[in-house]
Amino acid sequence: MARIEAEVGKPKGGLMKWIDDRFPFTETLKYHATEYYASKNFNFWYVFGVLAFVVLAIQIVTGLFLTMNYKPSAAEAFASVEYIMRDVEWGWLIRYLHSTGASFFFIVVYLHMFRAMLYGSYKKPRELIWIIGMLIFFVLMAEAFAGYLLPWGQMSYWGAQVIISLFGAVPVVGEAIVELIRGDYSISDITLNRFFALHVIALPLALIGLVFVHIVALHEVGSNNPDGVEIKEHKGADGIPLDGIAFHPYHTSKDLVAIIIFLMIFSAVVFFAPDMGGYFLEHANFEPANLRATPEHIAPVWYFTPFYAILRAVPDKLWGAILMAGAVLLPVFLPWLDRSRVKSIRYRGWIYKLSLTTFAISFLILGWLGTQPADGVYVLAARIFSILYFAFFLLMPYYTAIDKTKPVPERVVYHG
Amino acid sequence: MSNAKVYAKITTIIITLFSMSAFAASGGADLAESGIDPGNISSLQRGARNFMNYCSGCHSAKYVRYKTIGKYLGLSEAQLIDNLMFNAEKSFESINVAMRPDDAARWFGTAPPDMSLMARSKGADYIYNFLKGFYIDSDSPTGVDNLVLEGTSMPHVLWNLQGFQKAIFSEHEDEHGNANLHFDGFEPVTAGSMDAEDYDEFVRDTTNFLAYIAEPVRSDRRKLGVWVLMFLIFFLIISSMLKKQIWKDVK
Amino acid sequence: MNDDETDQIDRNRRHFLTVATAVTGLAGVGLVAVPFLSSLKPSARAQALGAPVEVSIGSMQPGEMVRVLWRGRLVFVLRRSEEMLARLADSEAELRDPDSEVVEQQPVYAANATRSVRPEFLIVEGSCTHLGCAPIEDFEVRPAEGWQGGFFCPCHGSKFDLAGRVYQGVPAPTNLRIPPHRFVRDDLVLIGQDTGAA
Repeated sequence: MARIEAEVGKPKGGLMKWIDDRFPFTETLKYHATEYYASKNFNFWYVFGVLAFVVLAIQIVTGLFLTMNYKPSAAEAFASVEYIMRDVEWGWLIRYLHSTGASFFFIVVYLHMFRAMLYGSYKKPRELIWIIGMLIFFVLMAEAFAGYLLPWGQMSYWGAQVIISLFGAVPVVGEAIVELIRGDYSISDITLNRFFALHVIALPLALIGLVFVHIVALHEVGSNNPDGVEIKEHKGADGIPLDGIAFHPYHTSKDLVAIIIFLMIFSAVVFFAPDMGGYFLEHANFEPANLRATPEHIAPVWYFTPFYAILRAVPDKLWGAILMAGAVLLPVFLPWLDRSRVKSIRYRGWIYKLSLTTFAISFLILGWLGTQPADGVYVLAARIFSILYFAFFLLMPYYTAIDKTKPVPERVVYHG
Repeated sequence: MSNAKVYAKITTIIITLFSMSAFAASGGADLAESGIDPGNISSLQRGARNFMNYCSGCHSAKYVRYKTIGKYLGLSEAQLIDNLMFNAEKSFESINVAMRPDDAARWFGTAPPDMSLMARSKGADYIYNFLKGFYIDSDSPTGVDNLVLEGTSMPHVLWNLQGFQKAIFSEHEDEHGNANLHFDGFEPVTAGSMDAEDYDEFVRDTTNFLAYIAEPVRSDRRKLGVWVLMFLIFFLIISSMLKKQIWKDVK
Repeated sequence: MNDDETDQIDRNRRHFLTVATAVTGLAGVGLVAVPFLSSLKPSARAQALGAPVEVSIGSMQPGEMVRVLWRGRLVFVLRRSEEMLARLADSEAELRDPDSEVVEQQPVYAANATRSVRPEFLIVEGSCTHLGCAPIEDFEVRPAEGWQGGFFCPCHGSKFDLAGRVYQGVPAPTNLRIPPHRFVRDDLVLIGQDTGAA
């Protein structure tokens, strides 16, 4: 403790000292906030990490209050959601915050991931941060999937039916796996009950743990920036990176503005378009699960549709499942697929710029195709864009190696 | 990439998202617009009366409490009891039917669905068109079929108001040479107690009421949203001033 | 204006904005807390289930007691015989609050010698005022033990007389609570609703 006091130069006393002698409170605050230096030239793309954190907090708080009134049983689940919407005071607001939060979680996380691709944030020395981030994404998908079954509406039921059946594509043990997931011969009360347990306990705990590790890893190596320059390579006499500014108060005050803008968009949806035209809350899910009739048009919630479109593009059950899993897993390997010498898109050549644009467009179009019926021209389009999606990753070692890069500046570019 | 460009891109994405949702909302192509006005309380009152008189014999709205309706429609306890509560004794009860579901299934072939959320799952336009879409079909056990829901087991319960109509179809060949039936319009066969305009109004009020009970909190939600956004705008102004002040030392 | 003055202005402005942002933020958190805390209140269903209950008392014999539930809470309806009513005065010296002076424990119309609207009918919550156990009725008079008949709580031994009044020297601090109620007809009592309320 003496060392820190010497650094700060002003003596501490009273309660803070008492705590600090027993727990590294001030030290932690410094390490992660007031003396965590991040580049001063962060742009718009750098707010989505903190926004994902905000959404996580919203989901946990609203989820807690929903759990107080929700009943995880096939007989009562649907009615209990309507009970929350109508009978519980303010229940509708809590439910809409949670359902809207689910969609915004993916919007924010997708943009956060895209930022990493724009500026090469997954490249050395940040490979592990990227891998942990991908794990967060997988857990988030499982969390969203489990949560979507809970209202026990038509889409909940049949969506789960389709996705769980996917595991049946695994040779030999497929059916056994499917039965193990469902805990029954079909999706039933038992499945709902265990999905509830996963959704409210196991997966959120995993999510929080991974987020913690994600941030610890980030603060160990330091944040990337839009120039892809390592700010730690240029330190002043005081040992502080010349291009770095303290996370608090500089980035916190900036993030606060971003959070408020985010909350405005979020509230606009919650209060004026909570179903978002059937994308955030699917119309058919306002009908209770009917085991005797599949809805005419079945599509997963929008955040799964890019992968769903890839699944449907393949006319074979096993290969469809493999390619879909591949599409989800491939980004994990980005740090090793990308052989470019530069991180940021600012200094990459036209090949990467074109590839990344094509990839982003393919992802969006696949997402749209996943909501459309699977016939005719849609299937053809899904095949073309699936190929483009995979090409982005699989050809990356070649095109990033030959792409002509521009010289990277020594210091970050910042125009006051 | 400059910040301005990025902001422009994001704005485009957001606008696209919103317009996509608008597109999705318009949904089913052939449905005429219901033209309901959720803010019209007297229309909702008439709709409530219509629903309780003509629909609630078979259709429940089991998540809806009379009390909730009364509060929003400005009806007193006595008015509720006299005009709406035929199947219930207490205003906190919800709209249930006396008919047992298995009896109903035996009589109609399928149990009449609950109406609490019909307007949210199928849309108001669907209900509006369905109620106007019954036409004579001698092959059907109920004597009618429905343009919106083919083969419906629901009889035309509003026949004495609307009368009976027949549907005019014409046959067309598509580019593959298959014969397709094209719906040209309805033609009244027998007159009901209402003329076409009154019946249209009747159906619109009923649809309006069903849209209201699908989400009773809708108007409160929108009102609150305005306040929330105003608060956030105020917060945004202060916090961006603070951000600017703090960032003054970043050179 | 020199640099020092500019600095001072900036510091003041920054301090003001920091406070303003913090206050607005805290106000926002406070406002958000309202719906979350309100959601913990009894819901519309709880209120519906907690509606007044009707108890038919036409066929009750003197000395007979029925148990009913109102809002999930146990309520005793006891038809006291003439003799039981007469005994009420006997034990008054041993009671903690014989004149029902603790106003929260009964509606005004039951703050009388028999703690009831109609002397015959005692309508009292079967929840011991100590820690909420359900007292057991014991109407047998045992002068040797000094027991005039009444209620006895099995958990911690609190004793109450035939008007639900607590004896001295037991853990329960106050008399048993009388719920709001009114007689709709001669043979029908409504528990959970006063004459006044709609």
